[in-house]
Amino acid sequence: MNSDLAVEVAGLKKSYGSFEAVKGIDFHISTGEIFSLLGPNGAGKTTTIEILEGFREKNSGQVTVLGLNPEKDRIKLKEHIGIVPQSGSLDRYLTVIETVTMYRGYYQNPMAAEEVIELVGLEVKKNERVLRLSGGQQRRLEVAIALVGNPDLLFLDEPTTGFDPAARRETWQVIKGLSEMGKTVLLTTHYMDEAEFLADRIAVISGGLIVAEGTPHNLGGRDKLLPRISLTYPRDILPPEELKSERQDNGDTVFQAEDLTSAIHIITEHAKANNLSLESLQIVRPSLEDVYLGLIGYNEDRDQVEEMSNAKPGRRTRRGSGRR
Amino acid sequence: MKSIRLLLRQVIYINKAFWRNPASAFFTFAFPIMFLIIFNALLGNKTTHIGDKISHYSTYYVSAMATFGLISASYTNIAINISYARDTGILKRINGTPLPKVSYIGARVLHALLVAILLVAITALFGRFFYQAELPSGLTLLRFIIALVVGAVSFSALGFAITAKVKDADASPAVVNASIFPLLFLSGIFIPLGNNAPSWIHWIARIFPVWHFALSMQAGFIGTAYNWTDVIVVAAWGLFGLLISIRYFRWEPAR
Repeated sequence: MNSDLAVEVAGLKKSYGSFEAVKGIDFHISTGEIFSLLGPNGAGKTTTIEILEGFREKNSGQVTVLGLNPEKDRIKLKEHIGIVPQSGSLDRYLTVIETVTMYRGYYQNPMAAEEVIELVGLEVKKNERVLRLSGGQQRRLEVAIALVGNPDLLFLDEPTTGFDPAARRETWQVIKGLSEMGKTVLLTTHYMDEAEFLADRIAVISGGLIVAEGTPHNLGGRDKLLPRISLTYPRDILPPEELKSERQDNGDTVFQAEDLTSAIHIITEHAKANNLSLESLQIVRPSLEDVYLGLIGYNEDRDQVEEMSNAKPGRRTRRGSGRR
Repeated sequence: MKSIRLLLRQVIYINKAFWRNPASAFFTFAFPIMFLIIFNALLGNKTTHIGDKISHYSTYYVSAMATFGLISASYTNIAINISYARDTGILKRINGTPLPKVSYIGARVLHALLVAILLVAITALFGRFFYQAELPSGLTLLRFIIALVVGAVSFSALGFAITAKVKDADASPAVVNASIFPLLFLSGIFIPLGNNAPSWIHWIARIFPVWHFALSMQAGFIGTAYNWTDVIVVAAWGLFGLLISIRYFRWEPAR
């Protein structure tokens, strides 16, 4: 085993009956990295993560987590991983400090309860019962109990779903902090801005296969995609003929130009000649979301994506998630 | 050794959450005592034949409500709370930590046993001071305690077993109550089974564990005969519950 790698997966396959959830995937996560696994519901994300955590057994392939085999060495592995599941897994009637202390007792080399509570910013809520915490606070408590065992690897499953923007920012800071402590993080999320802000590397999984892997910056050739220039022209003025353009449903005209400088030049000259205001001018780099949607085949085959998400065997209902 | 230490530690947290949860504290704890007072207010002065003894209804109900209390502390309490914990992902989360499964399950059973003992003790004190109940002593007390422990553990095992039949937390009170209340009636817990009761009711009572357990409680409070057969039938049902649990118990929410 390469000790620089926290997770190594090769040729991983898993089926539920005749449904092939994971069809042979390979990836690795380096120690200290924040690695994000993105994909629509039913793509095989949860199955993959649950195999790494030791909750499920694979059909074939090689899986090594912190140098251990999650099936054979599960008990040993539990000592070194922390899991933040999708929300709701807290006892509502215990207080913050009681919850953290309870979980702390399960581990051999835990962190101090107070320290973990401080780390997730819940000091003032220490003696509050879980049912009186906000959604964001409950989520941070879940991060706290995943952390209290002083794990080397953390699994975060959609850590900010349902949060208000401020709570998301707070949780992001906590997660960034974990990485600074040298912990490896495997993150799943449906929010592209979250992946962009947090992840060192991203893999996109769709239909049980990894369809792209890279940094938030270069995923799916994002860095090589052309920026788009958009501008609204009045009805009676045609866009400059020298540039290829496309009029969109909302009335905007979109240009895709290889040479941005000369394209802008042509547009401004044309605007000056026609006495146009350029207030609506925008230059847009393709967002991570654009790249992601392209990768999972959103445009071509939307229905198929939705069908897959309905067929997902590990689909969960979320209840008692405590956003009260 | 470590699993036992973790088990005892877990009992403390289960206990805290138990008393802070108004539903479990009320339905598990207050219900049997409330029923005891109501039944005795309605029927307490009449007498009934229990085995070869003539007993006041009030004494009968002390024994019957101790039975009911133990069953609600073990079977009902465990089935409903475990279904809820499973459905909300608490069980799965616990299963992702190094806490041995045996410590968690053992803690649930031990907590149910402690609540059951407390309930039976309170019922017995009520019985002693208000309803002329005898309190078991000496050898009878020892046999009574054995029946009580076997009962609490066995009904707890059945509580774990029934969660296999509970789809989610919303369904759990319905499934749990539907599985136990008819049996409580058919085993004479709320209305004593007289000799006139139809034979099919007697047969149902004899097959299932509730009536047998009730007989062991009566031996303590009323002074009727104590039969080890009753304890063995209850234990056999407990073993059955254990086997079902080993085979079908789930730590993860239904999908």
